[in-house]
Amino acid sequence: MTTTTPLSRRLILQAGAASAVLGAPGLLLAQPRPVKVGLLHPVSGALAYSGGQSRMGAQMAIDEINAAGGIKSMGGTRLEALLGDSQSRPEVGVGEVERMQQDGVSAYIGCFSSAIALPATQAAAKYNTPFLIDVGVSDALVSRGLKNVFRLAPGNGKCVDDAFAGLSEVNKAAGGIAKTAVLVHEDSEFGTSTAKLLTAKIAGIGLEVKESLPHASPTRDFTNLVLRIKAIKPDIVIMSNYQNEYVLMARTLYQQKVDLAGMFSVLGGGFNYKFIKEQPDVAQYMMDFNHWYNPRNPKAIEMRKKVEATGGLFTFEVYCSYNSVKLYASALEAAKSADKAAVIAALEASTWSDHFMPYGATKFVNGQNQGGRAALLQASKTDIDVVWPNEFAGSKAVFPRPKFS
Amino acid sequence: MDPTILAAATINGVLLGGMYTLVACGLTLIYGVLHIINFAHGSMLMLAMFGVYYLLTKLGLDPYLSMLVMVPVMYLFGYALYKGVIGRLSNGKDENILLITLGLSILIENLALMFFKGDSRTISVSYSDRMVELGPTLVPLPKLISFVVALLLCAALGLFIQRTDTGRSIRAVAKERVGARLVGIDVERVFAISYGIGLATLGAAACLLMPIFYVSPTIGHVFVLVAFTVVVLGGMGSFVGAAVGGLIVGLTESFGGLYLGESLGQIGISLIFILILLLRPSGLFGART
Repeated sequence: MTTTTPLSRRLILQAGAASAVLGAPGLLLAQPRPVKVGLLHPVSGALAYSGGQSRMGAQMAIDEINAAGGIKSMGGTRLEALLGDSQSRPEVGVGEVERMQQDGVSAYIGCFSSAIALPATQAAAKYNTPFLIDVGVSDALVSRGLKNVFRLAPGNGKCVDDAFAGLSEVNKAAGGIAKTAVLVHEDSEFGTSTAKLLTAKIAGIGLEVKESLPHASPTRDFTNLVLRIKAIKPDIVIMSNYQNEYVLMARTLYQQKVDLAGMFSVLGGGFNYKFIKEQPDVAQYMMDFNHWYNPRNPKAIEMRKKVEATGGLFTFEVYCSYNSVKLYASALEAAKSADKAAVIAALEASTWSDHFMPYGATKFVNGQNQGGRAALLQASKTDIDVVWPNEFAGSKAVFPRPKFS
Repeated sequence: MDPTILAAATINGVLLGGMYTLVACGLTLIYGVLHIINFAHGSMLMLAMFGVYYLLTKLGLDPYLSMLVMVPVMYLFGYALYKGVIGRLSNGKDENILLITLGLSILIENLALMFFKGDSRTISVSYSDRMVELGPTLVPLPKLISFVVALLLCAALGLFIQRTDTGRSIRAVAKERVGARLVGIDVERVFAISYGIGLATLGAAACLLMPIFYVSPTIGHVFVLVAFTVVVLGGMGSFVGAAVGGLIVGLTESFGGLYLGESLGQIGISLIFILILLLRPSGLFGART
């Protein structure tokens, strides 16, 4: 005799649940696996503010790409951010590269600082993982023959060349009023190497360097240095220092009423919206040559509004990182895969122009975008305006600036 | 060298010295009484400066008026910190206090980085850039005010230590801890009061520094080494020493910058530190032991 056990309601429910669980992987497999993008920035330590701004820009680009349906040529594959913190230290940056490699990263975006980017890109080169430099101006980044490194923005040499071209044009337009300059620079690698480049090129635009004045970081007081500048009576002062010293020195020049045709910096550490907001009288008429968006591009204006609506500042870190992520996405679209070699090949052949920087279509030679260029900026009491190159300029340079006396 | 620049550098050095005295006078009290290096001094200054910054930007309170808030708040914070953390964890050992204050400074700095982010902030008030003509040079009014108040603060602290009962207790604890306990002084309370007063002076210093300087989570590093030099130079626990030491260090930095350049000029401060340790370890106004 056989006995049959009737199917209980509980058994049916259990069977249903089991089949749902066992069937799920099939459903999951149907979804393309996301492409992991390593965002390596100094979000703690001395460079934390800039690192945070970079991360925000990159994350905005990733969110935007995903919201628009992901990478279309890869069946709508989404991007996933892997977050890394270099703690403003090169050795930690390298550690983060290795960690993200183990987590299956497909490309890196970073590092804000050249000092961190130099070893980090080298570490990524071992795995042939694409590394897109968002901010980091050292020309050594793209001159070591590393095939995985790409930089959308211009490097130090190009910035200095263009800065002098811009300054020369502005000076010519003012009747060549500026003939002499004093260079003030901080005395570590950044300030000293920039000052060397500046000194070598400044004669080419007909300016004579009266004196080159180094200072330590931190310097607590600039009164003596400014009094020396006052005694030398140069037409312009060119500064190359970090944020704190930039602000202290600008303030002392203003307080001591030093009459100059212009105060000028290349990649000036403290020249930003915050400086203008906090010290509008000091900041007014100061000039800087730096990374900048194309103010005539509606996408840039829209993004600036979006960032400012959240109480944030639309600093160059934000849009340099944003556009670097977008560049990577364009390479994924072209390569139709996240395969590292295919993406590197796509970047090498890239002619991407859907950005809002004043660059034109991309063209990479040894990893450096040939069209990358910075802009000559001048502060008003409330904003920063592009004053050169003319095709992007929002206003005319006030040069010479009005005298105190 | 142009005599007007020399005169200007002298005035500048004296005013700079005032700034250093401000930061050092709280340290000398803590140093003199607790006999330990307060590694958290710089980070406490940073906290106080952020306090002044937010009182102005969020509540519109003038930095000098902020003193009415910052001095008592920093005193209470210091008192509570000593009673609740430093005193409890130290178990009466000086070397423990040293490590605790070092730990506190790391903790506070990193928390500040998390909350305030790494960038620097400055404030602008109506008198920020008001200049006073002093001989051949223009001097920012806030610098002049900070110098005068620094000297007044040192004098007030000196009088407090000399003339009040609490001051006498502090001196007694500084000289002979066990003896002080035997005559009925609550030594732990005196330690907490001293730490509180040390931090209260930082509250005042922060109010005077904000119109001149910037604040960032690492601002403490900019001042703390100089403040230690001033204390060692002047003598531990001596307020006259802090004032004179501040002036000497300020003038050394100013003339060092003038003759050797701003890059090399700061070497003078380190030289003074080494020379004082070699020739007069008790400092200019410190009691010889």
